[in-house]
Amino acid sequence: MTTELKQERPVGKIIVITSGKGGVGKTTTSAAIGAGLAKRGHKTVVIDFDVGLRNLDMIMGCERRVVFDFINVIQGEAKLKQALIKDRRLETLCVLPTSQTRDKDALTKEGVEAVLAELREEFDYIICDSPAGIEKGAQLAMYFADEAVVVTNPEVSSVRDSDRVLGLLASKTKRAEEEGAEPIKAQVLLTRYDAQRIAKGEMMTVEDVLEILAVPLLGIIPESPAVLRASNVGVPIVLDAPSNAGSAYEDAVARLMGEDVALRLDPDRRPGLMRRLFGRTA
Amino acid sequence: MFGRTLWPRRASSAQTAKERLQILLAHERGTGTGPDYLPALQRDILEVIRRHVPVEQDAVEIRMERGREVSSLEINIELPAPRR
Repeated sequence: MTTELKQERPVGKIIVITSGKGGVGKTTTSAAIGAGLAKRGHKTVVIDFDVGLRNLDMIMGCERRVVFDFINVIQGEAKLKQALIKDRRLETLCVLPTSQTRDKDALTKEGVEAVLAELREEFDYIICDSPAGIEKGAQLAMYFADEAVVVTNPEVSSVRDSDRVLGLLASKTKRAEEEGAEPIKAQVLLTRYDAQRIAKGEMMTVEDVLEILAVPLLGIIPESPAVLRASNVGVPIVLDAPSNAGSAYEDAVARLMGEDVALRLDPDRRPGLMRRLFGRTA
Repeated sequence: MFGRTLWPRRASSAQTAKERLQILLAHERGTGTGPDYLPALQRDILEVIRRHVPVEQDAVEIRMERGREVSSLEINIELPAPRR
């Protein structure tokens, strides 16, 4: 332990990005929120918990620079400092990749706890990118979290899985098990939101989803071609060319910091409004 | 990185995606062992150096850059200051 600290202690907040269902945008969200926080000057690290199916490195664009990983650190084969990859665009941002060759059994609760404790000494925000599912990897990604972002698509299976994950956050986590601890602050992030399809009644509305899940809304990310573009080039969407989805993520980051930012419900207003009026009369 | 300048000026993001995947997958398929030989490599290098100079585990920094034609492995070892 250091006896004298030159700066203020880092915030050291652990935020898990989870969903239950796969393909809803957890990794995109982890990269976007991580980069969004780092852009605001907060020291941020994003950790990939999807052992064996590493992908955060591709979305963050550092896949060619992976040397050591989270599992190497847990197993004592490398130091944490050696495994952290510094982002080349933002000096406040780091990535801790996972192993592509091992499986989820290489993760241990004690190992994860030790790595997170070390990261807390240095970083303001620790973003845990959960694997899909509700098994070991996903449970360990959420276990030590202070806050959770539940990524949800306005679609029945995603909402159902989110509900299940919210149940786990409230029961199978450190904060849930410790007496007197504040429960994890969980918020829903609606992704792949398509205002036009909602207007036509083809997709559940924000109100519908929130009514079912009964947790606060962190933000709404519109369906956008910019998301695929950003993943193609390996740039977190908030660092890529300006887009609706990028701004929506920036708003979500601001809300995560406790700022009061109004929701932009209808990102593509002109056609959306027409169809909305049309849809409502039907 | 430098490959980008060889492409037509308006390279699409899909082309970038394909290029990135080709490079990455060539490495992942090729070795079969993935990056996992690196811990052993680090251990061996340290062992050799320690025969001559006392260095700490923390004093080693390894960087990798995988490319299409060549990859580079950069190993920086901080040697202790000479004792007076």
